[in-house]
Order: sequence, then C-alpha cells, then structure tokens
Amino acid sequence: MSDKPVAEMSFEEALQALEGVVNRLERGDVPLEESIGLYERGAELKARCETKLKEAEEKVAAITLDANGNPTGTTPVEGM
Amino acid sequence: MVARAAAAVVAAEEEADMDLIDAPEPGQNAPEFTVSEISGAVKRTIEGAFGRIRVRGEVGRVFKARSGHLYYDIKDDNNVLACTTWKGQAARLSVIPEEGLEVIVTGKLTAFGAQSKYNLNVDEVTVAGEGALMAMLEKRKKALAAEGLFAAERKRPLPFLPEVIGVVTSPSGAVIRDILHRLRDRFPRKVLIWPVAVQGSACAPEVTRAIRGFNALSPGGALPRPDLIIVARGGGSIEDLWGFNEESVARAAAESDIPLISAVGHETDTTLIDYVSDKRAPTPTAAAELAVPVRLELLSWTDEQGARLTHAATRAIQQRRQRMQDMARGLPRPQALVETAAQRLDLWSARLDPALTGVAQKKRVALAERCASLRPAMLHARLDDAGRRLDDRAARLQPAALQRDIDRKSRELRQVSDRLAQIARTRTARLADRLAALERMRQSLGYTETLKRGYAVVRAGEDVITTSAEAAKAATLEIQFRDGRLDVVPGAANPAAPAPAKPKATKPVKKPPEQGSLF
Repeated sequence: MSDKPVAEMSFEEALQALEGVVNRLERGDVPLEESIGLYERGAELKARCETKLKEAEEKVAAITLDANGNPTGTTPVEGM
Repeated sequence: MVARAAAAVVAAEEEADMDLIDAPEPGQNAPEFTVSEISGAVKRTIEGAFGRIRVRGEVGRVFKARSGHLYYDIKDDNNVLACTTWKGQAARLSVIPEEGLEVIVTGKLTAFGAQSKYNLNVDEVTVAGEGALMAMLEKRKKALAAEGLFAAERKRPLPFLPEVIGVVTSPSGAVIRDILHRLRDRFPRKVLIWPVAVQGSACAPEVTRAIRGFNALSPGGALPRPDLIIVARGGGSIEDLWGFNEESVARAAAESDIPLISAVGHETDTTLIDYVSDKRAPTPTAAAELAVPVRLELLSWTDEQGARLTHAATRAIQQRRQRMQDMARGLPRPQALVETAAQRLDLWSARLDPALTGVAQKKRVALAERCASLRPAMLHARLDDAGRRLDDRAARLQPAALQRDIDRKSRELRQVSDRLAQIARTRTARLADRLAALERMRQSLGYTETLKRGYAVVRAGEDVITTSAEAAKAATLEIQFRDGRLDVVPGAANPAAPAPAKPKATKPVKKPPEQGSLF
C-alpha cells in the first residue's frame, strides 16, 4: 500500500487503495489496532473517490489558432 | 550565313542530280527565325493548343530541389512527360508524388526554351484509382512497420479516468457531437477541441500539428494539457480519409507522449494512424467509451466498497468480542488460583516458629561447649611467657656492639687522613723540585748568563743604549760586565775608573727593550 496522501491520489489510485483496504479487512487477519486505522483510511479513500466522481463536470472548449496554426487560446463551446 | 548558304548550295546540287529542272528550292522562301523566336513560338503553340489538361501515368524519378520546387516524370510504357510543381504549388498538393505511384496530374503544358524541352506544370496530383492508393498505403505501412512503430510494446495504457481529453477533429459535424454526447453520458470531462480539416490537402499537416501541439502544452500551463488524445473523423471514401494515411500524421501519433485513441472512418476503414495509435476505436462514439469509465458504475462500486468496508470493520470487532467472551468463559475461578498456595503457606508458617527455637537451642549448647575452656589462668600463662621472651631480648641489647663499630670506623678514618697527608707531602716536594729546575732554566736564558760569554750592557743612567748615536749623546755611560759595572765617558781616551759593581740582587736590572717586548 502506498504512503501517498489520499488527497493527492488520482481517482484510480484511490479506487485501488480502497479495494485493497476492503480486501484486507475482509480477510479478518489484521490486528485490531491496525484495522481501526485501515477502516479510517478506507473511509477517507471512499470520500476521495466520491469527491472525484462528483467533480465530474463538463467543460468543453475549442482551441483558437492563429494564421500559422499555433494555439492562441480557447473559446468555450456551447450547445453540442 | 555562310553555313546556311553552303547548305543551300549542297541542297541545290542534290536537287539538280535528281531533277535537272530549275525548280524553286524548298525552304528558300520560308521565314527565318532566331532560336528565341522559334522557342517562343513553340511555347505559345503548346500552351495555346493544350491549355489545362489531366494526364494519367506512373510517377518516375522525383527530384525535390533545394529551392522547394519539385521535378518529376510521369511515364507510361513508352514515353515520359517531364513535370514541374513550383514551391508554392507543392504546399497545396494533396498527394506528393512518389516514385511508382499511379497518379492523375493536372496542369498546363508549357515549354522551356533554354533546354529545348516541354513539360507539364502540375498544380494538382491525385492518386489514380483505389488500387494505386492501396498500393501506396501498403508501401508506407511496410516502411513504418519495419521501423517498429506498430509494435505492441509501444502501445501505452490509456488513463483510467483522464482529467482533460484533447479531441483532434472538425469542430463542426456529427463526430465531435457524438463524442461529447457519449462522454456526457458516461463521465463528463474537460474537453479541448483542436479544430482541424479532416479531409483535403490541409488535413494531414493540421492533424500533425494538432497532435504535436497537444503534446507541447506544459502541464499546468494556460491551456490544460490533455491526459488523452482522440483523433476522430467520420466515415468517408478512401480519398476523404487519405490525410490520416499520411506519414507525418502517423509519425506524430507514434511520437505522442500522451496516449492516443484513433477513431477514423467506420469500423471497416483502417488508416495508417490506426496502426500507430495506442488504441483504435471503430467509431468516434466508441472512442469516447474507451476514454472514460461509466461514472454511475463507479459511484455504485464506491458505495459497495464503502458498505463492505463498514461491514468488514464491524464484523472484525464483533468477531473479537465473541472471542473475548469465549475466552472469558474459559478463565478459572480466581480463588482456585490461590488455594494451593495458601495451603502451602499455612504449612510452612506452622513450621517456622519451632524451627527457630530449635536453632537457638543448638547454638546455646555449642556456646556452652566453647566457654568451658575460657578461663583467666590461660591468659596469665600466655602473659608470663611473653614477659620471659621480652626479658631475654632486652638482655641481648648492649652498647658493646655499637662501640666496636665506632672504633672500627675511626681507625679507617685515621688511615685515610694519613694517606691524604702523605700524598700532599709528596706532591709539594715534587712541585718544589720543578720550581728549582725552572729557575735554573730562567737563569741560563737570562742576559746575565750572556754577559759571561763576553757581552756587555751599555746604559746611560737608567736607559739601555743600543746605538752608537745614543752613546755619543750621553754624558756618561755605564757598562755592565759579567762581574760588575764600569762608568765611562764617551770620546775619552781613557775610560774612567771602573765604578764599583752594583750588587745585582739589590737593584733589579732593566731588561733590554727587545726582551721586554717579548714578554
């Protein structure tokens, strides 16, 4: 299990970590003290996953190009 | 002119041989051109007669000049047509001629007088027929495959959930709409659209630039750098899709650091970019499905994991509580733990008091035994004995031994001082002898001894006279001989009566200066 802070994890990392935590807890061979820590970490990971899932906002922009085809900026794209 | 005239003469003679009739010589009345005139006329004729034409043939050797102009041949089985495409025109060509490619070129036929050549100035090249196109594609595919650009190990995994998706496609049309719809259904994301032409000659350079452009964005810059690129185009003819078969596009896709999904045409259309992309989607919609997971599924998965988490934690505690209770039942009565010990304590403490009494009794008996022999008489006997031994030692302690020692030491002292005196006497005598010898030597070396050998010392008063000049100045002289002194007057015929000799011992003789200086 990585020691990366949960808040810095990508959705996928948090997902994998959560799965690992659940599996370990379900195996039931974790010492009690550690299992409490694991549970807390699991809850944190779940919250992270949910946050990332809730963050699913759509934003569509088209890149604007100059005469030479180099990007100059973006304009929002609506109604597609 | 001379040459022309000569040629005319020769021609005339030949004519005369064949026909003696004085027929007018052909060509003699023809107009005369300069080379430039005829070249210009040919050029005008060719350009006027043909205008803009299309020619089909196979591309022969191709030469791209440093100036950017293209020179190549179009040929069939028997003939060759020289073609040129100027730099400005070349940029607009949808197909760059490649050797062996069957093409239809369009342009104007013209002549190049400087080399007496005619050629076709081509401004459009299209591939002649699908067979030719496919042949070219196969050739490119082989070349890129040989470079390893299609290798499976080059393919990178797509990110599970990209934050930003870059889409390279036409900004208008169904393709981008389909992609956005499907993304919205599954998992809305930030999408950056890089608008490109998806067909025609601008397609390949623009798509190439778009793929490179997305890669050039720095993470966290003004424009967010995509985690995933989708290159998409709807279905079309092979010519329409041709831009995605261009080598530059395939290379840009292969070099992309950002994982890339290609979705060009329908499922049956496979373009070159599909071979080098990390994932090929059969349609733009499928590309969106490959790009993101389904959010709702993930949410329910997360919920499920949360439920399992809580359940597992709760169960872990319950299980432990159960075990604890089971163990607790197995614990014995606390009294049982101490009963045996208490009994043993009683037993031993009961034996403690008698044991002490017994020990004291035993010691008392032992003490009595020892004390039996302890009486004052014993002490007296030992004191008497010690007194006797003291008297004995005291008797032996007398001064006689000490006196003897003193006598012996004084004798030794006397002997040593006698020897010292003896040595001193001997040494004094020896020194006296040496002194006498030295005095004798002094006497023999002194000038008085010299007097004995007939020398004399002349003095004037107290001064010793060593020169006759000094002697002449003196009023009186005193001459010392071995046996005494005599006063004389210089220049006198007879010396004065000798003065009585002065006793040597009473007046110390002044030594001659020479001797004085020696000391």
